[in-house]
Amino acid sequence: MSAATGARPPFSAARLARSAWSVVALPLVSILLSFVVGAAIILVSQLLVPNQRFDWALPITAYHALITGAFGSFDGLVATLVATAPLIFGGLSVALGFKAGLFNIGAQGQFLVGALGSVYIGVIISGAPSVVAIPLAVLAAIAAGALWGFIPGILKAWSGAHEVVTTIMLNYVAVAFLAAAVSGPLKVPGSPAPVTYDVGNAAFPVFLGRTGHLGILLALVFVALIWWLLYRTTWGFEIRTVGANPDAARYAGMHPRVVTVFTMTGCGVLAGLAGSSVLLGVTHTMTSSFGTTVGFDSISVALLARSNPIGIIFAAILFGAMRAGAPLMQIQAQIPVELVDVLQATILLFLVASPVLRRLFRLRGVQSGLGSTETIARTYGGEATVR
Amino acid sequence: MDALINGLYGIPLLGLVFQLAGYLVAVIPPMAPIILRSATPLALGAMCGVCCERSGVVNIGIEGTMLASAFAGWVVGIALAPMLGGAATPLFGLTLPLLIALVAALTVALVISALHAWLSISVRADQIISGTIINIAAFGVTGYLNTLISKSSPTSAGSFALFTPPKELSNLPVVGWLFDMFFNQGPIAMSVLILVVGLQIWLFRSRWGLRTRAVGEHPKAAETVGIDVIRLRYRNVLIGGLFAGLAGAYLSMEATNSFQAGMTAGRGFIALAAMIVGRWTPIGAFGAALLFAAFLSIGQAINFAPPGGDLGTIMTAVPAQVYDSLPYIVTIIVLAGVVGRSVAPAADGQPYERESAT
Repeated sequence: MSAATGARPPFSAARLARSAWSVVALPLVSILLSFVVGAAIILVSQLLVPNQRFDWALPITAYHALITGAFGSFDGLVATLVATAPLIFGGLSVALGFKAGLFNIGAQGQFLVGALGSVYIGVIISGAPSVVAIPLAVLAAIAAGALWGFIPGILKAWSGAHEVVTTIMLNYVAVAFLAAAVSGPLKVPGSPAPVTYDVGNAAFPVFLGRTGHLGILLALVFVALIWWLLYRTTWGFEIRTVGANPDAARYAGMHPRVVTVFTMTGCGVLAGLAGSSVLLGVTHTMTSSFGTTVGFDSISVALLARSNPIGIIFAAILFGAMRAGAPLMQIQAQIPVELVDVLQATILLFLVASPVLRRLFRLRGVQSGLGSTETIARTYGGEATVR
Repeated sequence: MDALINGLYGIPLLGLVFQLAGYLVAVIPPMAPIILRSATPLALGAMCGVCCERSGVVNIGIEGTMLASAFAGWVVGIALAPMLGGAATPLFGLTLPLLIALVAALTVALVISALHAWLSISVRADQIISGTIINIAAFGVTGYLNTLISKSSPTSAGSFALFTPPKELSNLPVVGWLFDMFFNQGPIAMSVLILVVGLQIWLFRSRWGLRTRAVGEHPKAAETVGIDVIRLRYRNVLIGGLFAGLAGAYLSMEATNSFQAGMTAGRGFIALAAMIVGRWTPIGAFGAALLFAAFLSIGQAINFAPPGGDLGTIMTAVPAQVYDSLPYIVTIIVLAGVVGRSVAPAADGQPYERESAT
């Protein structure tokens, strides 16, 4: 699955390069092609804005601003890392689900309740020393996220309700709960706008530049943790076996239902941590419009990385950089930030159409686009009930 | 009679149930047209799901398809209104720009469905991922273009008008509100009932329907008796796309006359749930859509005219946002309760690979 295992005995630089190429070729081609498509969209969409001179160089201006915003300065670089941290957590969350044959579209909702848990506990203990306050606020996010993952997990395992629908519904429930909490019990009394108190000492300390917070390191720790869980523990083996073939797993004495519940809960924990890394690391308070695109970006991250924990770091940096650079692109080239969503979708589109890409660009001996995720659709419908 | 009702309402705890029943009986008939209106996009989306999944193609891109066609209808209306604008005809306030915009919405839905069909049938990609990509892409592209276009704050082509049924019919005792429900509507909402019944008959009483179901259950057997599995699946996904396109057009051209980014708000997914709850049948899905829509409307009713008595105090004490989440919670509960007994087409979600002739 990973490049490292492919190149173990006997070590050779050429073989390592070849196996690395086989892993990154398709994602790279997809990313490049998506930027070409994005450029075309930027060019054509100029026609929609009246009284604007047609500018052939606009795509270059836009991409230049995007890259400058993300990597052009130290502050930009830190902003990219800050945007990357929740995407790593979210990407791990979706990827963990993929490994067990589950599609967690609910990362967004788990992200929101995680942040809600963090702000709830964080505000209560905002006066306590950081050594106590931070772990407790993070634990609250873990607990809230776990609950939001456990519900679809248990529903899937015991009633067969497909997680694609239940997790999406829970996203909307989370939005409503958050709005109710922020404009009700958590609201600062007397404040005109619905906003909570600051989390005070529960906020993540900044160690890099002006905004680079603890959550970035925490995310990397969890990459290692999930890699270890998936490839070095019995639990990880069971998760991967159930994902590959639930029937075989059952014959081998495993319990697919338990694994499903366990994995979905884990997905929720990871996405909840993403929420706490944004709340404790960036915003420190919560407004009723709290909410980002992290949940849906996470799906793209996991797909682009083919659910590989190490790959998720790179995929998250790519999408984090796009999110961090998009505001400058909007200012300098008047390109709406939604272009990032368009680019993401096109990258995934090319990945999914990888058989066609491979034929087109004669990429031989290259790993297929979304190999490890091919099992998802099989769990839908006819075999919905995991026995 | 009043004494009896008051007696029932007075029973501790159980009385609340009677109060709720009384409130629903009082509130639902006047709200029925509104309920059908919010059920319309759900039901049409569910018809898209039925068409696709009965032939074995999972389509979770309904949400994105709806969003894209809602946008297409709105934009084309904007572009044509200054050129072709004319007086609205008395029938549904129909104008030429609106009609062309409707066609544009359906065309966009067809194109997106063709992409999904190609990815899931020909490329044999994971159908759920293909649908997810359609959702992300539709959200991104419509949001992007919407921001650009809204800079010049354009005027839209308006929306389809409601038809007013004759007073003699809607004032009939007992059944009058049903006439109001189905005929005090715009053209798209009014056509839902016909489309649902039509699709039900088509699916279970026609040759096409039999073939569709055969392909969805056992494509190999269907191929053996000479049915072209690939072609039938393409056709079904495209027909399904038309339903999703109509649902999108409804949102931006009948329910409102404008477009907002992400205006589908999960309706495509509720539609999927309605399809599952309705056991992959058009009429069942329509019933489920009505149920979800009723919960959506009851939240509004409680904000607007809360019931009196103990029930009213409890209901108004709950924050309004909780009622907003009611349809989603009900979807989860019904899905969990029903799905165990609801069996999907056996070949649903599985790409079909034709065996090479040797």
